[in-house]
Amino acid sequence: MQRVKLTINGKEVEAPVGSTILEAAEMIGVDIPRLCYDPDLSPMGACRLCVVEVKGNRLLPAACVTPVTEGMVVETESPSVVEARKTILELLVANHPLDCMTCDKMGDCKLAEYCYRYNVKDSPFTGEKHHYAIDDSNPFIIRDLNKCILCGACVRACEEMTGQDNLSYLYRGFHRKATTAGDVPYIESDCVFCGQCVAVCPTGALTEKSMAGQARRWEMEKVRTTCPFCGTGCNFDLAVKDGRIIGVLSAEDAPVNGRMLCVKGRFAWDFIYNEKRLTTPLIKKDGQFVEAT
Amino acid sequence: MTNPINEITEEAELLFLIGTNATEAHPVIGYKMRQAARRGAKMIVCDPRRIDLVDEADYWLQIKPGTDIPLLNGLMHIIIKEGLEDKEFIAERTENYEALKETVERYTPEYVSELTGVPVEDLYAVARLYATTDKAMIFYTLGITEHICGTRNVMSIANLAMLTGHLGRPGTGVCPMRGQNNVQGACDMGALPNVYPGYQAVTNDEIREKFEKAWGVSLSPKVGLKIPEMFDAAHEGKVKAMYILGENPVLTDPNANHVRAALEKLEFLVVQELFLTETAEYADVILPAASFAECDGTFTNTERRVQRVRKAIEPIPGQANWQTICQMATRVGFPMHYEHPSEIWDEMASLTPSMAGINYNRLEKGSLQWPCTTDDHPGTPYLHKGKFTRGLGLFQPADHVPPAEMPDREYPFLLSTGRILYHYNVTTPYSSGIAELWDKEMAEIHPEDAERLGLETGQQVKIVSRRGEVISAVKVTERVQPGMIWMSFHHSATPTNALTSDALDPTTGTGEYKVCAVRIEKLPEAANA
Repeated sequence: MQRVKLTINGKEVEAPVGSTILEAAEMIGVDIPRLCYDPDLSPMGACRLCVVEVKGNRLLPAACVTPVTEGMVVETESPSVVEARKTILELLVANHPLDCMTCDKMGDCKLAEYCYRYNVKDSPFTGEKHHYAIDDSNPFIIRDLNKCILCGACVRACEEMTGQDNLSYLYRGFHRKATTAGDVPYIESDCVFCGQCVAVCPTGALTEKSMAGQARRWEMEKVRTTCPFCGTGCNFDLAVKDGRIIGVLSAEDAPVNGRMLCVKGRFAWDFIYNEKRLTTPLIKKDGQFVEAT
Repeated sequence: MTNPINEITEEAELLFLIGTNATEAHPVIGYKMRQAARRGAKMIVCDPRRIDLVDEADYWLQIKPGTDIPLLNGLMHIIIKEGLEDKEFIAERTENYEALKETVERYTPEYVSELTGVPVEDLYAVARLYATTDKAMIFYTLGITEHICGTRNVMSIANLAMLTGHLGRPGTGVCPMRGQNNVQGACDMGALPNVYPGYQAVTNDEIREKFEKAWGVSLSPKVGLKIPEMFDAAHEGKVKAMYILGENPVLTDPNANHVRAALEKLEFLVVQELFLTETAEYADVILPAASFAECDGTFTNTERRVQRVRKAIEPIPGQANWQTICQMATRVGFPMHYEHPSEIWDEMASLTPSMAGINYNRLEKGSLQWPCTTDDHPGTPYLHKGKFTRGLGLFQPADHVPPAEMPDREYPFLLSTGRILYHYNVTTPYSSGIAELWDKEMAEIHPEDAERLGLETGQQVKIVSRRGEVISAVKVTERVQPGMIWMSFHHSATPTNALTSDALDPTTGTGEYKVCAVRIEKLPEAANA
């Protein structure tokens, strides 16, 4: 494979032709912040958080969609880059509920992570805010579009992973929404509840209902296991808090399925705690089951 | 599967799906098939129902249920007539080709079209496409095996793959998608009447002696009974006791009333289960089972991939299933002691050449696909490279075998059964979220039939076969052909298998769940009020 040489933050790196700046940076352990970029989905270049400075380029290109070229000189944390990122975050936060202390995504929220990294506490921009009703009409997924940053990961996951094509963008400008056809609740849509949208969502816009209020993300013990339903052999992590399973989380290094699961694997595990579980040996006496002594 | 799942997206240029509804029965594999089709792989779907993947397919062969052999023979007829067979592969790697040629000679496109309902031009197009595509994979599931001619259906698929050299390379192969999470693993471990772990025959003296020496007991050289034979034998009083683990045959086996009667005849029945199932009701003793989240162990998926299952919470009944089995064995006179499931694996692997290279230490680092014969063997993603297990691939031509029971005046509808997305056999109804979404049977019926019978979606009907009857709601949909009813089998309120036929494939003992004859009786208005 043909390779090109470039410099990132003063370090030389050789990357395959066609790589993006973001991928080349990852090769030498440089972490460029990203919200809409997802290695399992097609590139979009929408959030602009991954902008970098490229010598000779008067604009700040998005690292996730800009291919490397020979001799390129890249700075990923220069003052102008940091300023641009702060502004982007401030714009996002201006219309994002700051109820992080009770948000179930806290600890695994990309937006919070980058606000912490760039010391964005609040927004100097004031304006209209969304007041969408929370969609919890289905048994599995809570959809709070007030927390949506329009990164489109859910739209791409629905189309590119599952192929269900149930999500797309609707409306324009401030009213733009990543939602179902006709903007109906999930339960009334063609959703098959695979939960791929939840697995890729970088914020608290899409979360697992079973985990709501159950644990902070960092308190969850993750136990890698294999799905008990069909013969595909999907792997996932069981999320455990205080000896109790509270949900299923995708495992990106699962050999068969990556982060993909179906409704059963992701959401049907709760049969474990059904009150009808048999817990003690039973013996039939006179046609009735009695507990064995 | 001869070839791994990931070749669907990474290698295949053509996917030929026959009797498999992947997006519902194996959803993640179905998603991968859709991805492959959308990036340009050709897709052929052969199914009597308009399943989801028909939307992605280049060709949909809507065959009449039970006509798979004529269809496959018809495709081979065209391939041979047009000289599209892989002559080199046939010469070097197969035998009995002349017999195949003679059989398929009779299956002219016109004759096949009449039997299957598939237009002649589609037969030509699909035969040419499959034969001339370099990397073509065939997938099948129970739509192929759950027929009285299931074994011959499978042989016919293998014939087609060998005829065109679509075996032993990446992106090719014959891929049966196994049903349950660990049905492959259970078979690999010898939970079959005729083999020890790794498919080592119980009738082979040398193998039997190996196991006798390892276990310090004398073992029977006789092949045991298949499940339907066990129930027949219970009926006759020859089998007096049963120990059923994690299986609910009253709901899932064909001709449920026959199964019920057999269980009633038993002198002693032990059932080890999560829930008080329809089968457990017949037990003398019920042992509580632990779920997948409460046990350490392995599951082997449909592509022979051995993967770890890990204990996430303490077993709700107090102990893991393997511990209960060890105690049972000890009580009946065979002291069985292990500290951890890895010791059970190691003992099995030491007696099973195809698994000898797999152990829990290696599985911590990642999964392995058997055959894996030594500690440094990387596992086997695809089978039959250069050579078949038996040496030469044997063509086994088959002729059309009509289903055992077809619709007639008294029972005018053809009932076919299968799985739906929201359920997996009989555990999922105990999931509260799943139950909220899909809590009852919805028998699919074509709009023409529904109109004639005056039925609307949601209405309750009585469905009657020669063996039993059930009450079910109907769903009016063009997914099914006129004259056909399609049902799942997940709901105890509508035990579909009270209806299904107990005609069996003579080789495997698999029931013909895919075809039987029923009639539909409209219920009085009060029942639908």
